[in-house]
Amino acid sequence: MKGIYRIACVALLWSCSPDKPVNQEQLPEQESGKSAVEEVIANPTKGLGAVKSVTLKTPIELDRVNRGLAIYEMKCASCHKLTDQRVVGPGWKDITKRRQPEWIMNMITNVDVMLEKDPEAQKLLELCLMRMPNQNMSIGDARDVLEYMRQNDGEK
Amino acid sequence: MKKHIKSALLLLVAVSAVTFYACKPQGPQAALTGDAAAKVYVAPGKYDEFYNFVSGGFNGQLSVYGIPSGRLFRIIPVFSQFAENGYGYSEESKPMLMTSHGFVPWDDLHHPALSTTNGEHDGRWAFVNANNTPRVARVNLKTFRTEEIIELPNSGGNHSSPFITENTEYVVAGTRFSVPMGDKSDVSISTYKENFKGTISFIKVDPTTGKMNINFQLKTPGVNFDLSRAGKGPSHGWFFFSCYNTEQAYTLLEVNATQKDKDFIMAVNWKKAEEYIAQGKGEKAKVNYAHNVLDESTHTATSEMLKEVLQLDPTVLKDIIYFIPCPKSPHGCDTDPTGEYIVASGKLAAIIPVFSFTKIQAAIAAKDFEGEFAGIPVIKYESALHGEVKKPGLGPLHTEFDEKGNAYTSFFVSSEIVKWNVKSLQVLDRVATYYSIGHLCVPGGPTRKPHGKYVIAYNKITKDRYLPTGPELTQSAQLYDISGDKMQLLLDFPTTGEPHYAEAIPANLIAPNSTKIYKIEDNRHPYVAKGEKETKVERKGKEVHVYMTAIRSHLTPDNIEGIKLGDVVYFHVTNLEQDWDVPHGFAVKGAANAEILIMPGETQTLKWIPDEVGVVPFYCTDFCSALHQEMQGYARVSPAGSPVPLKFSTGVVEETGSK
Repeated sequence: MKGIYRIACVALLWSCSPDKPVNQEQLPEQESGKSAVEEVIANPTKGLGAVKSVTLKTPIELDRVNRGLAIYEMKCASCHKLTDQRVVGPGWKDITKRRQPEWIMNMITNVDVMLEKDPEAQKLLELCLMRMPNQNMSIGDARDVLEYMRQNDGEK
Repeated sequence: MKKHIKSALLLLVAVSAVTFYACKPQGPQAALTGDAAAKVYVAPGKYDEFYNFVSGGFNGQLSVYGIPSGRLFRIIPVFSQFAENGYGYSEESKPMLMTSHGFVPWDDLHHPALSTTNGEHDGRWAFVNANNTPRVARVNLKTFRTEEIIELPNSGGNHSSPFITENTEYVVAGTRFSVPMGDKSDVSISTYKENFKGTISFIKVDPTTGKMNINFQLKTPGVNFDLSRAGKGPSHGWFFFSCYNTEQAYTLLEVNATQKDKDFIMAVNWKKAEEYIAQGKGEKAKVNYAHNVLDESTHTATSEMLKEVLQLDPTVLKDIIYFIPCPKSPHGCDTDPTGEYIVASGKLAAIIPVFSFTKIQAAIAAKDFEGEFAGIPVIKYESALHGEVKKPGLGPLHTEFDEKGNAYTSFFVSSEIVKWNVKSLQVLDRVATYYSIGHLCVPGGPTRKPHGKYVIAYNKITKDRYLPTGPELTQSAQLYDISGDKMQLLLDFPTTGEPHYAEAIPANLIAPNSTKIYKIEDNRHPYVAKGEKETKVERKGKEVHVYMTAIRSHLTPDNIEGIKLGDVVYFHVTNLEQDWDVPHGFAVKGAANAEILIMPGETQTLKWIPDEVGVVPFYCTDFCSALHQEMQGYARVSPAGSPVPLKFSTGVVEETGSK
């Protein structure tokens, strides 16, 4: 049933509506009162979601890296390799150089809204033809994964 | 816009009315008024106001409908294997169906009882009974899964069950058939009066976890127990059971158990029984019964056999039970929301007696007894009686209540629901049902807080209500609006199995707490693979354990070699998804155990005994993504003693070819 729906989503891409009433979403959505389009225009690279600004530290935070690695192996590794090879989803190599940290974290924690409204996320859906699943990750989890991605990209 | 929809609906009703009129065989036509469709219409994407938990009768399951739409949402397997999701087939769930007689794959489920706090629904658990091989189960209303099943020793058929006290302190279960028990079990059937006993089991419910254990049993004179309700409010601390066959017949009950003008309502003072237990007055009896529990963190059920039960004998320990005469072959025995009135429906009686709890207490205090039955005092009928509902209808069965002091009684023989006032005993309205109603349900009807908006009829006969489907027809429920003075038929809706009792509960007591996924972090299944890195294949002698993961859209490992004929293979499949409503399925060709369905974050096991040499396909059976058809793999089965080594992989392409 939902599978059929997802196919329909893939086919319709932008035009399809959310598959759940908005009040059932677990994670906070944009709070600014701006429309999604306005939000994207205002922050073309940050994506849509609760994460508005992320502070990165140097050197990288190793405790976050370790937690991020554990989460990666449990919830991400099935589809994302650490190289630039695309399997189900894109490989992670250099992702922190291509994307803003806010965009990455919003993609992880607010994936359904991102896939419906964010042009960059939609390009990826067109490429992979697989909606990235909501893996039920908190903002803190996403921040840890981001740190692990930074390490994977060679940051010290 | 709204007007538009409404007129379209009216048109639809008008058209269907005409169509029905044109093609239906002769028979009573329900008088539908024009706004019926609008009252049951739940627009796409909108939610129903109530959940309706409906027994599946001989299918052994509990089904979940929305009210007022009558839409079926879910079938919860309880006492029967369920091919849809692998319940009773997966290695994890098989222990749930274990009994003292071994694995019982199919039973007869009659009555749900939803947990209450202070006499009001709390939305935590549903308790249900297995009628044939006596058991009580607990379903968790967060997960909609059967979490626990306890067998009832010394019970000969568990119809009079389950009924709960107002804070869910106890779930009780009365035996339908009295039987000889203990050392005296091999006796002539004709020694019924001397040797046959009934039991009422008091199952204690842990207030936090819901875990059940049989605290004690009351050993009663040999009769048949039919139905019951706990007291509430002022009558909290008491139970009221309907008893029939006080003739103590053991053959042709149709004739021999309907001789007397009155049978009994049995009033049970369970607080008194608790006092005796506290004083150490119980006697331990040797028994053998199963207790099966699902562990939510391992997703696995275990079954344990228990050997002892504590019994009280009310013929020796006075003041626990009293009989009240009741005409004739009583079936339903229902307490009203105030807890003062007890409505007993004699299947063969021409009136409905309503007993008063205050009067029962006064009669007991004054020893206002007409005599004894098998050593138990019998209260005088008139001393316990509040009054009788005169000429209510034919074949009264069950009664539910609204919050305005009215009762709704189902009449099997005259096929109707009759509304009457509990205090004044006046009949206020009657409405036909199609056909031969059994149980009925008002949302919150058995609690202290009914929601008297609807009554739902669960009918025993369907006949011409739906398109025919051969000799075997769908079962039929009907929804009536009872918010006004006149009851109004709104909707027929089909049900699965045979609906006996049902309860309805406001959706907001359950929906917000519904589990969406099992957190993969919390999964403690012994064969879980929390991520593809933990996938592996292990050999333990003749057993091969595959730690497999599923995520859209591949299984890991998806190439397995080194399985030999004579091996027993266990596929332990962990669904790595953490999103709501993304199950994966798993099936392997030739598996005698069919398929399993795995919820997000869960691990389930399919046992497979390969029976021929070859390369055997397996795949995901639940359409999960655009690449669902790609979600597949191969297992190679070699002859016994073959040197092919155990190996497994996903995404590895070998150039070497044959080996």
